[in-house]
Amino acid sequence: MSHPSEAQKFIKNENRVNWHDESLWHVREKRDKAANLFPEWEQLREKASQIKAHSLSRLDHYLEEFEKNATANGIKVHWANDAIEHNEIVYNIFREHGVKRIVKSKSMLTEECHLNPFLEKHGVEVIDSDLGERIVQLAKETPSHIVLPAIHKKRMEIDELFQKHLHTQPSNGDAIYLTAAAREHLRQKFMKADAALTGVNFAIAETGEFVVCTNEGNADMGVHLAPLHIASMGIEKMIPRYEDLGVFIRLLARSATGQQVTTYTSQFRKPREGTELHIILVDNGRTVQLGREKYRRSLHCIRCGACMNTCPVYRRSGGHSYQSVVPGPIGSILSPGIDMKKHASLPFASSLCGSCSDVCPVKIDIHQQLYAWRQDITRETNEEPSKKFSMKLAGWLFTHPNLYRKAGKFGRKALKILPRWMVYNSLNAWGKQRELPEPPKQSFQEWYQQNRQKNG
Amino acid sequence: MGKADILKAIKKNRPEELPIPSLDFPASTGQDLKMLFQERLSAGGGEVIFAKDSLEAEELVKKQVGDYQYVAGAFEKLNTLDLSAIHDPHELELLDLAVFEGILGVAENGAIWVNEDTLVHRAAPFITQHLVLLIREDQLVDKMHEAYKRLRTQDYGHGVFIAGPSKTADIEQSLVIGAHGPKSLLVIMLPPSQD
Amino acid sequence: MHIGLFIPCYVDQFYPQAAIATLELLEKLGHQVSVPPDQTCCGQPMANSGYERYARQTMELFVENFAEYDYVVAPSGSCVYHVRKHYDTIEQTSEVLKIREKTLDICEFLVNHSTTDSLKSSFPYKVGLHQSCHGQRGLRFAKSSEVVGEPFSIVRQLLDKVEGIELIDLQRADECCGFGGTFAVAEEAVSVKMGKDRIQDHILNGAQVITGTDMSCLMHMEGIIRRRKLPLRVMHICEILNHSEQHEPSI
Repeated sequence: MSHPSEAQKFIKNENRVNWHDESLWHVREKRDKAANLFPEWEQLREKASQIKAHSLSRLDHYLEEFEKNATANGIKVHWANDAIEHNEIVYNIFREHGVKRIVKSKSMLTEECHLNPFLEKHGVEVIDSDLGERIVQLAKETPSHIVLPAIHKKRMEIDELFQKHLHTQPSNGDAIYLTAAAREHLRQKFMKADAALTGVNFAIAETGEFVVCTNEGNADMGVHLAPLHIASMGIEKMIPRYEDLGVFIRLLARSATGQQVTTYTSQFRKPREGTELHIILVDNGRTVQLGREKYRRSLHCIRCGACMNTCPVYRRSGGHSYQSVVPGPIGSILSPGIDMKKHASLPFASSLCGSCSDVCPVKIDIHQQLYAWRQDITRETNEEPSKKFSMKLAGWLFTHPNLYRKAGKFGRKALKILPRWMVYNSLNAWGKQRELPEPPKQSFQEWYQQNRQKNG
Repeated sequence: MGKADILKAIKKNRPEELPIPSLDFPASTGQDLKMLFQERLSAGGGEVIFAKDSLEAEELVKKQVGDYQYVAGAFEKLNTLDLSAIHDPHELELLDLAVFEGILGVAENGAIWVNEDTLVHRAAPFITQHLVLLIREDQLVDKMHEAYKRLRTQDYGHGVFIAGPSKTADIEQSLVIGAHGPKSLLVIMLPPSQD
Repeated sequence: MHIGLFIPCYVDQFYPQAAIATLELLEKLGHQVSVPPDQTCCGQPMANSGYERYARQTMELFVENFAEYDYVVAPSGSCVYHVRKHYDTIEQTSEVLKIREKTLDICEFLVNHSTTDSLKSSFPYKVGLHQSCHGQRGLRFAKSSEVVGEPFSIVRQLLDKVEGIELIDLQRADECCGFGGTFAVAEEAVSVKMGKDRIQDHILNGAQVITGTDMSCLMHMEGIIRRRKLPLRVMHICEILNHSEQHEPSI
């Protein structure tokens, strides 16, 4: 159940991998184009990073300021220590209002809290209204990407899925037809929903408002029709000033999809007349991460997904191979903080190429944190004793130059004379699909002794 | 309960206070904002038409109306639905075309800010099948920084930047216009205000 | 100015020709170069695998071996990156601090601390440049494709001096090849797929030779090239810079 074995399964179908890789690379290219449209991109990233770092350093203050201002605006503010508390708060509000059917727009936090199964257990119908999320919901899967939840699904699979659940005609994967069918299906759900749930992209302390960004308009369709709106927010989404939004809104969509801005940037300050607006501020491990200096910056994340689109490993292993709510590079530094043992393989699911850190709009040093998690994981879990042993051995060998030279000579000789089956077998992961280097007669050191040393 | 625990944990775990940056981004780049606006909104799937006055704008909207049965918004003569007479937003489901005056437009991304003062119903610009927004050239700013400077003093319960028709690319990354909300967005750009 | 030449362990054992080219280049340009005999490894293989603690003594040995030199030069952005970036976990003696400052990849050294006019390299082939990540994004040899700004590349700057060379453009200018140290075996399937895709990009754009600043990436790609009998080969950038009509490489 580790990343390598899941990735290997995904890679078996090479055409599909190529398709997945190309789709996401295309998004990365669109992001590059958008970022290169004006000269202050890097300055924006720097400011965004500084704002987030500052916010985190005064998070208690800003959360209280937000609560005060939001409450004055008529928003009901709740606090949840963890997923269980969050889900209970949601359900209690629903119970008070007799809620039976809800529509939900994209919220990675509610995925993190496993809210859907919780509500369904209590007899509440939950409809994910983002098209991609609806697709994975109908397929009984989880999102494989935080911005493009159904990026792993081929159009024909969606066609079949919709035939089964939405009674569409076979359309050979016609995206326009399928989207129109989903539109009709979801309109009915919007019209009947007793409540609407959304996530939060940003919350502003000084005005007590919050912002939800979508392209489909599904969040707005839900909340402006239903008599009850609950927004769930991780506490790290707090920003201090109204003007800070300018920085983040400029970065978010460009980083995520290469659009100049999402179609809708919807800002909520007061409940609609005659309705209720609730916001739940959720910790669920974030304060712990805040205390880990090495990993603190992971809380800057604005969930744009750019690190996934750029990650050469993610593109070739698929989001599900990470087996974590947030996949990809950012998920690989967030998830071990929640359950190190379960997610022990994730920080190793990277070549440490650093593309994620360079693409990140809030300058999270993702690849440095991956490196740091590796150190912590090998120390605190005992997942791979054989690797540990070989690393210890290597460390020892490299501090004994004489032995190292002898071992090298022996190894090269062995490679030359051993029959191929002894070198290339199941124990040699390198050699499964790659040749080992041709061993030369002399190492460089040996050559040097012979050719230069005599001259001093 | 939650609040006390969370605040306590933050106080224990947060770093020393770090400075908050000043946001001094270069203002207008001397670009023609209305052309930039048009370019960027078109990229987002919207259409921009320039009108010389509000009479011409009304004519343009009239053309849009065509066979539509339910029209509401800025041009009273064209309206078949009275937004202020509707109390339950679900009744807006019928809406074919809605026309609203924008408050502010952003050239760099083709977004127009509207709020519930002009929308009457928050749901209106989302539930309508087609949307027209009116904006004057002098309401354009170059970047989001300037937009938020101007919106700072606004009092609103809900406001939204709209930068195109509703869209999705969730099926194999093919862009489809008309996900849940409007299937089209027309922006009519008017000359600067005369007063 | 006395240079200590560091040859990474796997280059020493498997790619002596790259090491010799590096040495000859430096000598050709008039530098005084020594090769400390007790050098082994920079410690990166253990550290990147999560065992920094088993790399400490190796790192200390590196410092001991190279403390006396004005510069430590290595034909590997990756090892150099490790020394500069990750030697912060051993005691920060003045020697360690100096080593972290004075350890350079050969390309950095040639561009910033040496004249290269007398190089006279020629290499009349179509060459694809693989931008190894640790040099590219770690040491900033070039503007990475993610970053917005003026383009530059010290590696291209050097290759541009080579007569007859035709540098091809790639679809993806600086995507990782998937070597990644022990990643290459721990995530064998992903690693090989990444390598195949990188090589394909070079082939599609007509490269006869893939070059780069890290032999490790090239070793990984060479492994795939040889297994799949693909029509191109790999060469370390120093082998190209050291290549001229007059001068046949020593191996």
